[in-house]
Amino acid sequence: MLALTSPVRTRAHGWPAGAKLGALGLATLGLFALESLLGQTLAALVVLGLFLAPGRVFAAAGLRRLRALWPFVAVLLVWNGIEGDLREGAILSLRLLSAVGAATLVTMTTRLDDMIAVIRRLAAPLRRFGVSTRPLELGMALVLRFAPALAARGTQLASAWRARSARRPSWRIVVPLAITALDDADHVADALRARGGLIDEGRPNGT
Amino acid sequence: MERDLTLIAMFAALIAALGLIPQVTLAFGVPVTAQTLGVMLAGTVLGAKRGALAALLFMALVLLGLPLLSGGRGGLGVLAGPTVGFFVGFPVAAFATGWITERLWRLPMGLAAGIASVLGGIVVLYVCGITGMSIILDRGWLEAAALSTAFVPGDVIKAVLAGMITTILYRARPRSVVSRG
Repeated sequence: MLALTSPVRTRAHGWPAGAKLGALGLATLGLFALESLLGQTLAALVVLGLFLAPGRVFAAAGLRRLRALWPFVAVLLVWNGIEGDLREGAILSLRLLSAVGAATLVTMTTRLDDMIAVIRRLAAPLRRFGVSTRPLELGMALVLRFAPALAARGTQLASAWRARSARRPSWRIVVPLAITALDDADHVADALRARGGLIDEGRPNGT
Repeated sequence: MERDLTLIAMFAALIAALGLIPQVTLAFGVPVTAQTLGVMLAGTVLGAKRGALAALLFMALVLLGLPLLSGGRGGLGVLAGPTVGFFVGFPVAAFATGWITERLWRLPMGLAAGIASVLGGIVVLYVCGITGMSIILDRGWLEAAALSTAFVPGDVIKAVLAGMITTILYRARPRSVVSRG
């Protein structure tokens, strides 16, 4: 499945994922504490600089991800402008763009495996207390497999609909999609059980 | 146990797959998709606990960087954006929808699922979403509510559909509709 990582490899891809997430957390707290327009402008310029640093392809891909924010920026500026406090609108808009931008940078430069490794490490204390993290890990892997399969079946059902009807495919294709999903869940559960089920480190995990 | 896990994973995937079916794009740039229909169905079919877990699993994968949110969005930026409340509200809404579906076991399946979808999938989800938006945009709650109302009619249609679809699923696969287990 297509992930939201960057189309080009950057130097930041090699940095430890945990450190990037920690820095992002601190930066976000800082952005929300910062109340001055000058500070927010400088922060936004730093984020913009980070988007531009790896080159034009990276910057274009990254800034496209912020597209959904522009309507909100417009609303903030117009709304605060009408109330005569454009400064406040500018601070809020810059903060929104920098905070989402910084988070987007981390997502773009961290591979899915590295993110999953961080989750595994954070969940390690749970394992020490005897809580199995295997259902969580297996669950994530199953969704990664199921989601494209379901999307493909949805496309198939839509084509089958178009072959028979002049009208656009409607919500009705959700019914066969959901029924086959329920059946697949049963089959995969049987397959898992046949292969030993959710047993963790030799201990039966209940049924 | 295995079946619980595969059902939860399947509904997380269904929430994702329904987000990929774009229908109408509003002036606001946010596409109206069937994603919240997936959240409602997770509650009406799987019940409170498993439905919430399915939505949580979906959330985790979005945060890890998969473009599974409607419109191909995803990644950590969602948490800092104006729609954070709707995103964080998914498991809350699925839980509420499932909880109400379970409580209304005396009513016909479709009616119970429809009522639960309106209360959980719309009322609870919008309370979460509007609260998040009012915090991020630093606006009053009612002003943030005004920005979200455009989506309510579509969601009412989805709640009715969730009721109808749950009825059909309950007839076709009664054993799999675990909210009535």
